[in-house]
Amino acid sequence: MNTVLVVTALAIFATMALALVRALKGPTVYDRIVAVNVFGTKTVLIVALITAISGNDDLIDVALVYALINFIAVVAVLKLVRMRDLGAAGEGDITDG
Amino acid sequence: MVETVLFWLSAACLLTGGAFGVLGGIGLIRFPDFYSRLHAAGITDTLCALLIIVGLLIQAGLALISIKLLLILLFLLFTAPTASHALARAAMVDRSPPEVTGDPVPGEPSSKS
Repeated sequence: MNTVLVVTALAIFATMALALVRALKGPTVYDRIVAVNVFGTKTVLIVALITAISGNDDLIDVALVYALINFIAVVAVLKLVRMRDLGAAGEGDITDG
Repeated sequence: MVETVLFWLSAACLLTGGAFGVLGGIGLIRFPDFYSRLHAAGITDTLCALLIIVGLLIQAGLALISIKLLLILLFLLFTAPTASHALARAAMVDRSPPEVTGDPVPGEPSSKS
C-alpha cells in the first residue's frame, strides 16, 4: 500500500511544480491566483497523504486547517487585487459581475 | 478477500486521483486563455481531491481520522467551486472577456475578433 501512496504523492508533487510554473509565467494576475489556488489544494492533499504514509494521525489536523485558510486567502487576495483595499466595497467589486 | 477488494479499490482511487491532478497541471500550463485554464484547474481540483480522499477513507476504515478526512472533503467540495466562481467573476469584472472562435452566440460575451 505504501508504494501506491508514494506514487500518488509524487504525482501531486508534479502537479504542484506545474502550478508553480504557471504562477511564475502567468500573463495576468488571475492566472497567478488560479495557480496558487491549485497549489494550496494540492498542499492539503499532500499533507493528508503524508499522514497516511507516516502513520502519524495527528498530522491530519494540519490539512484540515490548511483547507480553511487556503480558501480565505484566495478570496482575500482577489479582493485586495480588485479593490486595492480589504475594507472597500461597491463599484467594481469581485461580486459585481 | 474483503481486504484484497478494499486494497485494489483504494489503490485505484488514489492512482486515478493522482493522474487527474497531473492532467489538470498540464491543462493549466498548455491552455490558451485564462478561462480555459480556470476550467482545467477548477474541475481537476475537485475530482482529484475527491478521489484521493475517498481512497484514504477506504484505507482508514472507521476511526477518528476518517471523520476528519470527511470534513476535509466537505470543505474542499464547498470551497473549490466557490473559489473558481469568484476568480471567473473577478476576471469578468476586470473586463478581460474570454477568447471566442467561431460564430458568436447572441447574449453571450464575445471577444474583439
